[in-house]
Order: sequence, then C-alpha cells, then structure tokens
Amino acid sequence: MALKIDLRRFPGFFPIALLCLVVLYAPLVVVSVYSFNASASITRWEGFSLAWYVDVFTGPESPKFRQAAINSLIIAVLAAAGATLIAIAAAVAMFRTGRFKGRTLSFALINLPLMVPEIVTAVASLIFFSSIGLGGGLTTILLAHITFCIPFAYLPIAARMQGLSDSYEQAAMDLYATPWQAFRLVLLPLLLPGVMSGYLLAFIISLDDFLITNFVKGAGIETLPTAIFGAVKQGIRPNIMAISTLMLVVSVIFVTLSWWAGRSGKSKA
Amino acid sequence: MADAGTAISIDRVVKRYGSFTALHGITLEVGADEFFTLLGPSGCGKTTLLRAIAGFDDVTEGEIRLYGQNIANLPPHKRPVNTVFQHYALFPHMTVTENIMFGALRLGWSRSDAEARAREVLSLVRLDSFADRKPGQLSGGQQQRVALARALAPRPKVLLLDEPLSALDLKLRQAVRAELKSLQRETGIAFVFVTHDQEEALTMSDRIAVMSAGRVQQVGTPREIYEAPTNRFVADFIGETNLIEVEVKRVSDGRAEVVLPGGHITQCAAASQSHAGTGHISLRPERLTLCPAEAGDLGARVESLIYLGTDIQVWARLPDNERLILRVQNAGSIALPAVGQEIGIKIEADAARLLVD
Ligand SMILES: Nc1ncnc2c1ncn2[C@@H]1O[C@H](COP(=O)(O)OP(=O)(O)OP(=O)(O)O)[C@@H](O)[C@H]1O
Ligand SMILES: [Mg+2]
Repeated sequence: MALKIDLRRFPGFFPIALLCLVVLYAPLVVVSVYSFNASASITRWEGFSLAWYVDVFTGPESPKFRQAAINSLIIAVLAAAGATLIAIAAAVAMFRTGRFKGRTLSFALINLPLMVPEIVTAVASLIFFSSIGLGGGLTTILLAHITFCIPFAYLPIAARMQGLSDSYEQAAMDLYATPWQAFRLVLLPLLLPGVMSGYLLAFIISLDDFLITNFVKGAGIETLPTAIFGAVKQGIRPNIMAISTLMLVVSVIFVTLSWWAGRSGKSKA
Repeated sequence: MADAGTAISIDRVVKRYGSFTALHGITLEVGADEFFTLLGPSGCGKTTLLRAIAGFDDVTEGEIRLYGQNIANLPPHKRPVNTVFQHYALFPHMTVTENIMFGALRLGWSRSDAEARAREVLSLVRLDSFADRKPGQLSGGQQQRVALARALAPRPKVLLLDEPLSALDLKLRQAVRAELKSLQRETGIAFVFVTHDQEEALTMSDRIAVMSAGRVQQVGTPREIYEAPTNRFVADFIGETNLIEVEVKRVSDGRAEVVLPGGHITQCAAASQSHAGTGHISLRPERLTLCPAEAGDLGARVESLIYLGTDIQVWARLPDNERLILRVQNAGSIALPAVGQEIGIKIEADAARLLVD
C-alpha cells in the first residue's frame, strides 16, 4: 500500500495555503467589492451603490461595451460550436478507428494549443491571416478562437468516450443501424454530457480570450476583453470593475455548468 | 440435428491477429433450428468466431455462409443475424421498449408494427410490466432478458449468444437456462451459444463444438461429447474423468484391447483406428465401482474420502502412483473403505475409452 502523506502536517502548510489563496483571490474580491462603491474612487469606500452597474448599461460608454459584448457572445457561441464539432470528430477518430499510424502524433496535435505559449499562437495566427490576405475582423477572430478552443472541447468529450465501451455501437450495428445511425442514435446521445461540458468550457475560454483576439481582430471591431483593455488604458473607472464582476459571474456560472454536465453524465453510465 | 437445412456453414475459417492465429481453419455446420454451443476454455477463440459470424471482425481466410449466401463481405448491419452480448450492451438512454424496437425500426418497419412486436417479445421473456423502464433500473437477470428480447424482435435468422448467463448468479442462471432452451424451441431459429461452462453446454445444446486453442476438437450431441470423447482434451474438459496410461495391444473396428496398470487386460471402445504402444483411456468416476482388492480390474490404495452430499468421492493412488477418482453414490448403508486401505476397482462394461492423444 502506498504511504498516504498528510499534507496538512507539513510545517507552514496553513500560512502558505492562505498566502496562495489571498494572492489568487484578493484582487477578485477587491474588484467585486469596489464595483459597488458609491464614489468614483477606486481606492476609497464610500458606501454601497449600484450606480456603476446602471452606468454599464446606460452610461456614456454603454453603446461601446454593448456592441463588444454582442461580438463576444456571437464569437463564443460560434467558436464553441465549431470547436465542439471538430472535437467530437477527433474523439471518434481517436477512440473508434483502432490503432492507426500517427495516433500519438494526432493526440499531441489536438492538445498542442494547450502547450504553445499563447503569444506565439497569437503572432503566428496574425502572420498566417495576413499572408493569405485575410483582413482582421469577425472571421479571423472566429477562426482563431475555434482553433484554440478545440482542446478545451476535446478533453471532456474524450474523457467521456474513454469510459464508453464500443459495444453499444456494435449492438446498434448488429441491430441493422448503419454506421451513421449508430453514431447519431447511440454514440452521440451517450456522449452528450461530455459534449455539453466541452461546449461550455470552450464557450467560456472564447469569451474571455484577450491576447490572441487582440492580435487578429484588426481595427474597428472589439470584443469585451479588448474593449475593457482599451478603456483601462485611459484610466480605471469603477464601471470597468462592474463589467469585470459581471464577466466573473458569467464565467463561474458556465464553469459550474460544465463541471456539472460532465459529472451528471458520469454518475449515470 | 436440423431437418430444415443448414443455417450457418463455416468453411475453413482462419483468423489471424498479426502473427497470432486465433482460429486455425474452423469448419462447422449449424442446423436451421438447432441449439448449437461453442464450448471451450478462456481464450480458445469462441468470441472471435462469433464476431466473425456477426460481422464485427473480418476473417483472414475461409468462408461463412448463411443459408447458402456468402456473407464474408457484408457489414454487420446487413447480416440477418442478431447478437446477445456478454454484457448486454443495452442502450442506457432508451427505455426497454425503445431498445427492443431499435432493430425493427432500422429495418424499416412501421412504428406501430415495431411496437406490437416489442410487446410480443416482452411477454415472451415475461417482462411486460417493465416496458417503460430504463435499463439502469433493471436487475441483471431482467437486463439479460431484455437483451434477448431486443435480439429476437427483428426476427433474425440466427441468434448469437456470447456467454449471456455469465453475469447471473447461480440460481438465476439455472432458471434462465431452461427459459432460453424453451425460447429456442418456440422461435424455431438457430441459436449459436457460447460458453465455457460445460454443464451449461451439456444441459442446453442440441450439439456442441468443443474448441481449444483455435481449433474444433469435437462436434457432437452432449451425450456423444460426454460419453464418447475422441481425444484427451475433450475427455478432460468435459466432466470429471481419469486419464489412465495404458499399453495398447490391438485396435480394430472401433474396439481396443489394452493392458491396464497392474497387468489386467480389458476391452474398450477406441476413438482412433490405429494405435500402437502406449495410449490413454478415459474412465468416468461414476462408472467405476469398488470391490475387494484382487477382484478388481485395477488395484489402488485409498488416499482420501470427500463427502459431496449425494455422492462420496474416493481419491485413490494406482500402483504407478497416478491418481484415480471414483464416485460412490451415498446410499446411506454403503460400506466405505478406510483411508490407506487397498481396494479393487471394477470398470463397468464400455466405461473405458481409448483416446486419440
Ligand atoms: N484484437 C485482438 N488482437 C489480438 N489478439 C486477439 C484479439 N482479440 C482476441 N485475441 C486473441 O485471440 C484469442 C481468442 O480470443 P477470444 O476472445 O475469441 O477468446 P474466448 O474463447 O472468447 O475466451 P473467453 O472465454 O475468455 O471469452 C485469445 O488468445 C486472444 O488473446
Ligand atoms: Mg469470449
């Protein structure tokens, strides 16, 4: 039996753990709290107010942020869909076609975006798009997002697929289903929790991407993160904190949903 | 044996996985209304052969014909053959009825026909009241019956069953055995049943093919397999037996004269035509009787007695130190030998059989 090491007994465990938590979460807490500040100061608390949230939706900067939010949503919905479709195809190829030449290589390629420094992907994407003469805009952002979202969509789907015996599809084909029917009527419904989990994860990854988007977007189009960055360059106003807090809430909701989708499927099958 | 013709004929089928040969030229015929069993130890190629019939794996060489039609190049969904999988593989996201309707719908039946057929087979397996449950809400035995109903619903010409009872407990297994057998009679289609449980094979089958290491060792009725095994593997695998080394004196017309350890000469049936030198005979423990020392065909010393309830097993050692097992019916008043005692053993007429090595 492996010797269980109780980490909690290590000297300094609690101070170090506390420090990590503070470093990770204190800024988020500060931003969230100060978004409810009554004054325009970002350092001095002067009472509770929802003014900055009202400002986000109706203030002078609201049209800009609204347009950016709409762009972000469109891109996230489509990019997550594209990435999920590709991820399903990849998972089927990886787990249902037996051993093929280059299987390990394919696995590495699918997950490569997780390992390549984002700045490299950003620069490479920019160079690629300009070399094929594709000007920055919705299309370039969408293509770039689909690409880097694939591994995030792939991982939950692959995890689900790994635990799924191929005897279900064999049973379907034994019962006169064509390979396509076996996929559509049996495999896909069984993969659904993984697919949903993967979609939501890809969605949230796309929604808050800044670096790559900023490189490939070109002039004249903003997503929420690039719009926020643009606004911050002119000085931080509390409405930025309000937007950030809203995004944080959306992220937490989606990540929770993704986790829950993946888990509910696991307990059933 | 079947009168209605041959359902499956397997002709010199070879299956290789890389350099490993899983099936070494299998030739078999299964009758159209026959309960046919593939029996053999783990890894002998039963599943491989079944998957070749169902179409999940291609064969390397040979032909498989279904009612005369070569099906080697048909994908599984075009073969009029259904499988009951070892672990059932019921679709967990569908109800029992939807599971059962699946095959009929893919064949293009109307919904109402498929539903009517689902009700019919559900009552056949006596699960009428479970129609709307999901497989996860059924017991193992019920799932097994749903798997059976699902495979029967599209009216296949042949039903393949891969150890469908192995997941059931002993009681349930015995009950389902009888059900399966009567189901096969009612439907009148060929069942190809895979098992490594010899009792299951003996009690259910019309004919059995005993397999080992990718080869068919013997095909025959349960009785033939049990009482007239042709070789050592079959004799040893089916039931309990004693394999005794003997000196073969003469073989002719299926009879042999052999010298037993201890010098007695006896006549017995012979599985092979020609045999010279030493050979092995099979002696079933229940076909041997105790008698006073000196009076028997064999002499032995009692090593231990094992109480089995209806029977008592006597373990003895022959003079050449080989072990011999006898079964004595526990009739209550029988006189049992003591451990260490010298006993005589009488071989009943026709109980011995000379085997092909
Ligand atoms: N895909 C494969 N690749 C290589 N070898 C295989 C493959 N499938 C089966 N084998 C080998 O072929 C042999 C026969 O396997 P098979 O599954 O038919 O055995 P079985 O008789 O059904 O055994 P069991 O009673 O354990 O189910 C085994 O030795 C197995 O290791
Ligand atoms: Mg098997």
